[in-house]
Order: sequence, then structure tokens, then C-alpha cells
Amino acid sequence: MVAVVPATAAKGTVVTQRKSRTGYFLLLPGMTWLAIFFAIPFVTLFMTSLQAPVAGKSGQYTPAFQLSNYPDALAEYWPQFMRSFIYAGIATALALLIAYPLAYFIAFKAGRWRALMLVLVIAPSFASFLLRTYAWKTILADEGFITTFFNYLHLLPDDRILNTGIAVIAGLTYNFLPFMILPLYAALEKIDPRLLEASNDLYASAFATFRKITWPLSLPGVVAGTLLTFIPATGDYINSELLGSTQDRMIGNVIQTNFIEFRDYPTASALSFVLMAAILVLVFTYIRRAGTEDLV
Amino acid sequence: MRWIRRHLLGFAAVLVLVYLFIPIAVVAVLSFNKPQGKYNTSWTQFSLDGWTNICGVPGVCDSFMISIRIGIISTLAATVLGTMIAFALVRYRFRGRSSTNLLIFLPMTTPEVVMGASLLALFLNLRFPLGEITIIIAHIMFTISFVVVTVKARLQGMDPRLEEAARDLYAGPRAAFRYVTLPLVAPGIAGAALLGFSLSFDDFIISFFNAGTVVTFPIYIWGAAQRGIPVQVNALATLVFVVALLIVLTSQFVGSRRRKALENEISQNPTNIDALLPKS
Repeated sequence: MVAVVPATAAKGTVVTQRKSRTGYFLLLPGMTWLAIFFAIPFVTLFMTSLQAPVAGKSGQYTPAFQLSNYPDALAEYWPQFMRSFIYAGIATALALLIAYPLAYFIAFKAGRWRALMLVLVIAPSFASFLLRTYAWKTILADEGFITTFFNYLHLLPDDRILNTGIAVIAGLTYNFLPFMILPLYAALEKIDPRLLEASNDLYASAFATFRKITWPLSLPGVVAGTLLTFIPATGDYINSELLGSTQDRMIGNVIQTNFIEFRDYPTASALSFVLMAAILVLVFTYIRRAGTEDLV
Repeated sequence: MRWIRRHLLGFAAVLVLVYLFIPIAVVAVLSFNKPQGKYNTSWTQFSLDGWTNICGVPGVCDSFMISIRIGIISTLAATVLGTMIAFALVRYRFRGRSSTNLLIFLPMTTPEVVMGASLLALFLNLRFPLGEITIIIAHIMFTISFVVVTVKARLQGMDPRLEEAARDLYAGPRAAFRYVTLPLVAPGIAGAALLGFSLSFDDFIISFFNAGTVVTFPIYIWGAAQRGIPVQVNALATLVFVVALLIVLTSQFVGSRRRKALENEISQNPTNIDALLPKS
């Protein structure tokens, strides 16, 4: 997560890159690890997704080329698929709205509090993800302050928040918020404040300055932040399991139960593969605009 | 009214920070609770049971220690591997840079459930027994990228003239690395290790897929969530949070003190040593 805080290269210097075998030697162990345990598993995942069941033995599969696993899996689980993208989409939009003012403040107004505020943004992740999610059960409880308040205004369709989709979205928004704040901050911090002053001097309203200067210049951060929020939110099943009802299950829940409980490896693999493919399409559309070197 | 308008943004920023800490406050407060029934979700009565008898529930401390052990081993490995890659990316020219970047970038943008599932598919097909080893393998895999990015940022922020100066002063490549480069990059590596440890220690999804029968701390919490989470878990999580926060705040404080000391020195000896200042 600290990941996205930008590298400010020393001014006026050109990093000299040597060309020698040492470079390859340095890359080899780590990249081999990633190749074996990140890249190759996608091949086995794909192979597994095409396997056929062994007749009479549940949980056992033989290598095959059963492409029908894909339409079968999608036909059965497309509601969960759609729900994952919708929940993650809403959570990402909310996270952007919540994160922007804070990121803006840290970048332009925080002064000597900047370092401390950045620590405070990262700090929540030192407390267990599961427990923080579980804590929302207390906060959003039926007799709790928040639910009572919204019920008083008659804003809740089911008269409750917990065990509804709203709770799941609230949990997703909360959990992935730092992933939105940090890249936004990284982009905003790069903006020369004199540009904003100049705009102000030229009688642009605060809103016009934001719309014409701040927002366009912060777009790389918006792109990185939405990706880093949307992707884990789409695949997440912790929020749905702890805060939602069985009506709010997402694709992650389906993959997990099929893989670990039902031992239906081909279906679970096919679903994982489709999820990954959908996300890759998204990432590459985004990368076209942002460039990998900036994101790494 | 004008005062409100001027401070509206600051107010919003503080509000968001508070929001980030609300669930943590709930976790901490409930660690002092004496829950009625099995679910520790609403306040009943003050009690120190969770803290005085922190290992009192079977499995809690065992799983905690397993997570610490997995965290240390995978952090060490991932920090070494990731730092090496970061050096290669910043300091060396090599072929296949864009595919290397891609292979580092992708694990950070792959949903955990997909990584967990695909790694499990690999282990199942190889008939590799699941356990602590497979968890460590997985943790090293997804931590490397974060280490690379963190160390790389630090390396890029470093002034290469410092190393050149060392070389000019007849330091061999090894000495220049040992006495100039490494100390300057060390805070970045330490930060990466801290990040790596917190990612590994808190990981649930990928671990759950590849754990077999091993119960890490998050896996314990997941299991307990169905039948009620004991207060001891809240106490341990609060403890971890406070310790981690103290470590980070102390390192920040020491860092800024060192920077200030250097700044004083420069103002007294106005030679051009501003390059010594690490860019924050």
C-alpha cells in the first residue's frame, strides 16, 4: 500500500543504468518465484477448469477438454458475477468520493502534519481485516445508532442495514479506502501548487480551478486508485459473508465454496478464470491510458 | 460562516480519518467486554478477562504464533528477493523489461481469490501436501511485488552522485555499496519488510485456500466468526495494532529528528551537502 507513494527522483540527476550480467542475476530468483507460483498456476487453473468428473467418485477429476464447464458455470452463477461487479463498482465510486477530500487535504494543506496523516491512513491495516469487518456488525446493528437514524428518515428499504447489500457495500467501501487514498495523494502531491495559484489569480472560481486543473492532473491517481479498489473489492468474499445474507453472495464466495467445500474444482477454476479475464480486460484498458511503469 | 467555509476541507479530512478508525475503536472497546452469550458484538459489562487471560481460549495463541512464524519467514524471503529485483530495475539495463514489469505488477492487481484458487490448483495437480510450507510459498509470492515497488521508490529517490562520490574517493564497488548505498536504501527496505509482514500476518483469503489443516490467526478468526469470537482475539488484535503503530510512529519521529539534525549542520557549515538529505 505504501507502494503507490511516488518516487521523487533527485533533481537534475540521471540515473546511470549499467549493463552487465549482475542485473539478470539479481532478477533471476525473485522472477523465477513469481513465474512458478504466480504465472504457471494460471496454466494449471485453466487446465483444471476443463477437467471432467470421474464417474462415481465425487471430488475426483480427470484431464479433459470440457469447454462446456464455462457456460455451465456462468449459467449457474451469473447473478453472483453481476452482483460482484455492481457492489464493487458502487463501493469504488463511494471510496473515490470519500478519499478525494482527504487526499487533497494531505497533499496541499496538511503542512507538517502530512507524514503523520499518511501514517494514519495506513494504520488501520495493522488491525485485522477480518475483525475490522466484523466490527461493522456492531456499528450497523439493527438497534444501533446508524440504523435507527436512517430508519427515522425512512431511507432503508428493508428497515435494516446488517444482512443486506447495503452493509456489504459499506464494508467494501471501508476496507479498500486506503487503496484509493494513497494513489490519489501520490498524484495530487505531484501537482505544482503554483498552477492552482495562477488559476486563482486569473479569476477562475474555486470550482473552475478544480474542474480544469486539479481534477485532470489527478487523473492518474484516480485511475490507479479505482483499479486498486475495484479489483480486490470484486474478488472479496469476506464482507459478503460477514455482513450480508445469503442473498448478497458474491463471486468470491462461490469460488471459495466450490473449491474448498464442494470440491468442484472445474467449476471454481472456470469462474476464477473468467473473473481474472474480466479484470485483465479492465486493467489493460486502463493501462493504455496510464502506462505500466507509472503503476509499478 | 467564512471560518466554516475555510476549514470545511480540513473538517472533512479529519472526519474521514475518524471513519477509518471507528471499527478499530470498536474492536479495542469490545476487548474489555464480558459478552453475554457467545457473540461479542454488543457491550454488556467491563472485564479484563481478554487481557489478563490472553491465551485462555484454546487455539488462539497457537494460531497467533503460527502467523508470526509464517510472517517472519515469508517477509525475510520476499524482502531479499524483492530488493534484488528493485536494484536490477533501477540500476541495470536488461532485456525483457516490460514483461518483468508486468509480472511484478499483475500480482498486485489480481484478486486474492483468483491467486488462492490458482495456486491451490497447482498444488492439487502436483499432489503437493498443503500446510505451512504452501502458505509460506504463497505469502512470498504475493509480497514480492509490494517489496519491489517500495524499495524501487526509495532507490529512485536516491541521488546517484553519492555513490559516484564514494567511487571517486577510491571506494571499491563493494565498499560503496556497503557504506553508501545500503545505509541510504535501508529505511526503504525496512519499510518494505514491515509492509510485507503486515500483509502476510493479516492475509486470509490466499492462506485459507492453501492452508490444508493449518490454522493461522486470520483463519482462526474466520472459524470463530461463526460460533462467536472470543474477547482474547480482540485483545491480541488491539495489541498488534498498537505495537505496529508505535513502530511506525517511532521510525517517523527518528527520521524527522535525523533530518532536522542534518539541516542544522548544513546551516552551520554551508557546504553543498544538501545531497545528503534523503528526499522524504
